[in-house]
Order: sequence, then C-alpha cells, then structure tokens
Amino acid sequence: MKVTFPHMGTMSIAVKTLLIELGLEVVLPPPITQKTLDLGVKNSPEFACLPLKLNIGNYIEALETGADMIIMGGGIGPCRFGYYGEVQKDILRDLGYDFNMVIFEPPQGHWREFYKSLKLLLGNISWTKVYTAWKKGWAKAQALDQISRLTNQSRPYLVKRKEATKIYKRGLKLIDQAQNISETEAAIKRIRTDFDSLERIEDFQPLKVGLVGEIYVILEPFTNLHIEEKLGELGVLVDRSIYLSEWIEEHLYLGIFRDNKHRNHIQELASPYLNHFVGGHGLESVGETVMYAKESFDGVVHLGPFTCMPEIIAQSILPTVSKDLDIPVLSLSLDEHTGDAGYITRLEAFVDLLARKEEKEELIV
Amino acid sequence: MKAGYMGIDVGSVSTNIAIIDEDKDVLESLYLRTNGQPIRAIQEGLMRIQELIDIKILGVGTTGSARNLAGVIVGADVIKNEITAHAVAASTVVKGVQTVLEIGGQDSKIIILRDGIVIDFAMNTVCAAGTGSFLDQQASRLDIPIEEFGSLALGANSPVRIAGRCSVFAESDMIHKQQLGHNLEDIIAGLCQALVRNYLNNVGKGKEILGPVVFQGGVAANQGIKAAFEEELGVEVIVPEYHNVMGAIGSAVLAQSAVKKKKSTSFKGFDTSSFDYHVSSFECNSCPNHCEIINIHQEDEIIARWGSKCPKWEAV
Repeated sequence: MKVTFPHMGTMSIAVKTLLIELGLEVVLPPPITQKTLDLGVKNSPEFACLPLKLNIGNYIEALETGADMIIMGGGIGPCRFGYYGEVQKDILRDLGYDFNMVIFEPPQGHWREFYKSLKLLLGNISWTKVYTAWKKGWAKAQALDQISRLTNQSRPYLVKRKEATKIYKRGLKLIDQAQNISETEAAIKRIRTDFDSLERIEDFQPLKVGLVGEIYVILEPFTNLHIEEKLGELGVLVDRSIYLSEWIEEHLYLGIFRDNKHRNHIQELASPYLNHFVGGHGLESVGETVMYAKESFDGVVHLGPFTCMPEIIAQSILPTVSKDLDIPVLSLSLDEHTGDAGYITRLEAFVDLLARKEEKEELIV
Repeated sequence: MKAGYMGIDVGSVSTNIAIIDEDKDVLESLYLRTNGQPIRAIQEGLMRIQELIDIKILGVGTTGSARNLAGVIVGADVIKNEITAHAVAASTVVKGVQTVLEIGGQDSKIIILRDGIVIDFAMNTVCAAGTGSFLDQQASRLDIPIEEFGSLALGANSPVRIAGRCSVFAESDMIHKQQLGHNLEDIIAGLCQALVRNYLNNVGKGKEILGPVVFQGGVAANQGIKAAFEEELGVEVIVPEYHNVMGAIGSAVLAQSAVKKKKSTSFKGFDTSSFDYHVSSFECNSCPNHCEIINIHQEDEIIARWGSKCPKWEAV
C-alpha cells in the first residue's frame, strides 16, 4: 500500500512524518505547479472551487507515480468540502484509476466511524506507536508554524527583504530532514539565529495587516499568489489568522485536550455581525477581522476561493465591520488565475491607502 | 527652457503622457493607442512629447499595467499602481473630491476619498462589461465613430431597457431591440444606463458616493454615460479637462514628491526613444511550473527580467 494525500501549504512535511512513523509507505504528490492546476481544472466540474481542483491535480500526479491509497479529510456544514472526498473518488474512478480512499470525517461525536477509517488504514497497531508517531509529526507541524511566523515577523524590518523567503525555505528543508524531535527543535533555533544575523532597518514601524479567510487559500501560497511574501516585501507585517497546528488543536484534538478558548472568543467577537455557523471559515473571517481591529491592526486582507459560499457571506458582512470599527478591509477572490499583475495592483493600492491613513511612511524597496 | 515633471501611464488600450510644472498645472499631454505594443508606444510617446514641448524633465513617474516595463525603459523615479495615481490626480485637479469614478479600457474602478485620503476602493473583478473596449466594439458594430457615440444618447426620447450584467447578454439584448425597430439614440441611451447600473451594482457596491464626484478615464468622454451617472446618483458629475490622462498626471505629481526626497532624477533622457528595445522570452524547464521568463533588452544588454515564480532568474 502506497499512501498519498493532497497538499495544503507546508502540511505535507508534518503529515509525511506522521504516516511514515505509523509504518506506512508514503508517495507525496509533487509540489503544486501549473501542471497540477491544469490537470485539476481539466478533470473537475467547472463550478467547483479551486481547492477541489488542486486536490484532483495532486491525486493524479501522485497516482501516476505509484500511489494507490488516498487519505482525505471530510467536513461538516454548508461548505462543499464535506463532499469533496466522495466527488473526487468518483472523478478518479471515471478516469480509470485503481485506488482506495479513506475519508476521515471530523471525529466530533462519530468515534466509531473515525476508528473504522483508522483501522482500515493501519490494521492492528499498538497505541504507543500511534502516540510516538503523533508526537513526532506534531513537533514538525508546530515547528513549521513557528518558522512561518518568525519569517512574517522579521521580513518587513530587513534591509534585504528578499532574504527572508530564502531563510524560510531553508528552514522548511531542515524540518523536513529532521529525524527526531530534538533535530526539529534545533531547526527552529537555527532559523532564528539566521534571522537575527541579518541587517535591519533602524527605527522602522511597519504597517500591520491581518490575513483572514478560507483555510486552504490562506495556507497554500500557490493559490494566494504568495501573499505573505508580497505584502512583507512591501514592508508590511503580516499576521496570519490560521496556522495548521492551531487548527488541529481546535478541530482534531480529543475532548479534554481540545482548546476551545480562542474559538469561543472569535465567535463572541463575530456575534454582533454574525451569530451562527455558516460553514467553512465564514464566521471566523468576521470574528478575526473584529479581533484585528481591536488589536489596532492597520488593515485586513480577506481571501476566499471564487464561489466559496461561507466567504461570500463573510464578504458581504465585512464592509459593515470595516465601517463600524474603522479598519480597511480588502476582499480578494482567488481562482485559476496565475497572472498576478492585477492582484499586485490591488495589494499595492491597499498598502498605499493604509500608509496614507496612518501617515506612516512605508519604505517600498 | 521650461522645467517640469513627466508622468507616463501605459494601459491596455492607451498610453498617456502628461507634463506638469512645479505648481502641478498641466503643460502638455498626449494620448496614444497602445496597440498591444507598449514599448513602441512609450518610445513614440516620448518622441512626440519632445516635438511638442521644449522642456527639462526634473522627474518621471510611471503607472498603468505596464508600469514596470515603462519604468525600466525611461528610468522612473517612482513606479506606482494606477489606483493611487488616479486618486492623486483627482485630488490635485478637483480640490475636496470625495468620489472618483474611473472607467478605462479593460478595467473600471471606484475610489472613495475623505479629506484628501483614499479610504476605500474597488476594481472590477470578474468581468469587463461596461468598460471602454466593450463600448468601442459596440460603436464599430453600429458603424458610429466612438467620439459621437455618447452624444447620440443625449438625443434619446425613451431609452430602452438593456441587460447590463454581462457584455455578451448586453450585446444580444441590443441586437434584439434594434431588430424590433427601436431607434439608435434610444438603444445607445439604454446601453449607457445599463452600464452605469452595472458599474454601481458591481464596482460601486456598498460604497458611500458623496460629491464632489469626478468621472475620469477614457470613457468619461462619453456624454451619455456621464448623463446616466448624474441621473442615477442625483449629483453633478465633474469630468476634468484632462480626464483621459489623469493616471499620467497623478504619476507626474508622485514623481514630483519622489524627486523632492531623492534630490535627483533617474530619467534616462529623451534619447531612450532612439535606443533599440526588444523583448525575448524563454520557458524555464527547471520545474513543471514552466515559467515564461521575459528579458527586456536595451540594445544588447539585458536591463530587466521578470516572469519567474522563484528567485532563479532574479539577477540580471
């Protein structure tokens, strides 16, 4: 059995480690490229959203290189993601591929189902093995988020901002190669030293922008045309609202381990504008925009895949939040386009708007 | 010899150049068709400007979708996006402006200003219905010069209703109405209203439109559209004298302040127009992205390169 799963940002580095430690043979899809997108677009329903199409591209590329078992997540609520696995299974079968697919539904309340999927994948496995595998994978997931955060927090201050992405990529490689938890931790330390050794702009106060929206397009730079890098290089300090490890803590951690504090806080902040779940990250997009406004950020960029229903709901609410709390919001829909000229125009204009509003002098290199 | 600042706006449809003096008054302006060849348009523009006016250039700015290309060729002091450039121009030309409606060849935007500061903007996203190229196309289909297209609308008695959400639907709707025997003026007036409705619902969605309202961009020359905006918004819509080169004016104003900070200009001089510029491209095969890398050559030297997703080809 050769296992594969779709990409989402840097997730594969942690998940690969987890699966290998569980004793599975893993075939990673190649990194998302234009070819992945072309394959996905060609073989998916036209009206489906971008993440589904890229998943399909990932699967095809992985199946072609020998994978025969696909792991996919399920979902609840009005977001179409809940149907992805089933639809994708049919599409791939119609294309003539021979494979199995395990779809993990969120475990809330459906323990038996979750356990059955796990059993199907792993057979009889000791719980201690599961525990050590999880710990290793988890250490990597946290490390990935830490270096990403570190990169975003350092980039605007650097004299040579382009160096930040190089260091970040080096960090990804180190974490990927780490054999155990202490090597993973050493990688973080190494990246921190690398950043500390770079020359910084003196007395510089960057604009602060929060990034909210749908998880896939937030986490996958291929879809958001590297927004964190672009904003950072314009001299903006970017704070991403979603990190994979936090998301896992909130959604997959079991019962008493689950930390609902942040989630409840966001829901509370959203409640004057939206007081119920609308699927996906719609509610979070509203709540987190309120949060950024209260933390005196200069602006918020809101991302969603084109035709994403939860984010369309958020998009129609955000102008009111923006007006009430006096925080500029830029909503962007992402789809197949890879030409980024129009996108850069909007981001630049948004940063100009923030800079003039705050009368802060942004240093554009 | 006079001295001034030059702004160059290289858009999809037109390439515009404006020259302003220290008081930000327009000394000269030029409107050229880009014709899909931005480099030639820039060179020809520079040549024609040099014939029109004897001037020492103190600073130069570029904007528009080919702003980076233009910036490299002329040696720009500032390269700014067209939203900022248009906002700067509008607030320079019409003091206290609170709303800018801008409709160009391929895009339309709305900019909301308060106290001279941009507080919100929107640009058309999914479709180009109602922008200049669509009007161009319809004018040539009806065999009317685009310059007269708008004024015909003013002669309408009862404008017909045209679907404006999508240019494909609008065109078939127009043809149906025309085949029913409606007269041309009513159809054109109906089209103007449809486009304005579409613009306000799509681009202007949820924005607080307060006067003074400035209408600029190539389409602002269309009196039918201007009248339709006034009717729909119930306020006077100001079309500035240099409405079709506002991006260039804004970029000249930005150049003025950039040079004040930098102390000197990077302008390469009007000689640029005599150099041979050409573009070469190749597909990088290092990964399946197959990026199309574009080299900009001045004579035999590569002066800029873009198109890659990774840093591999960054260094020139």
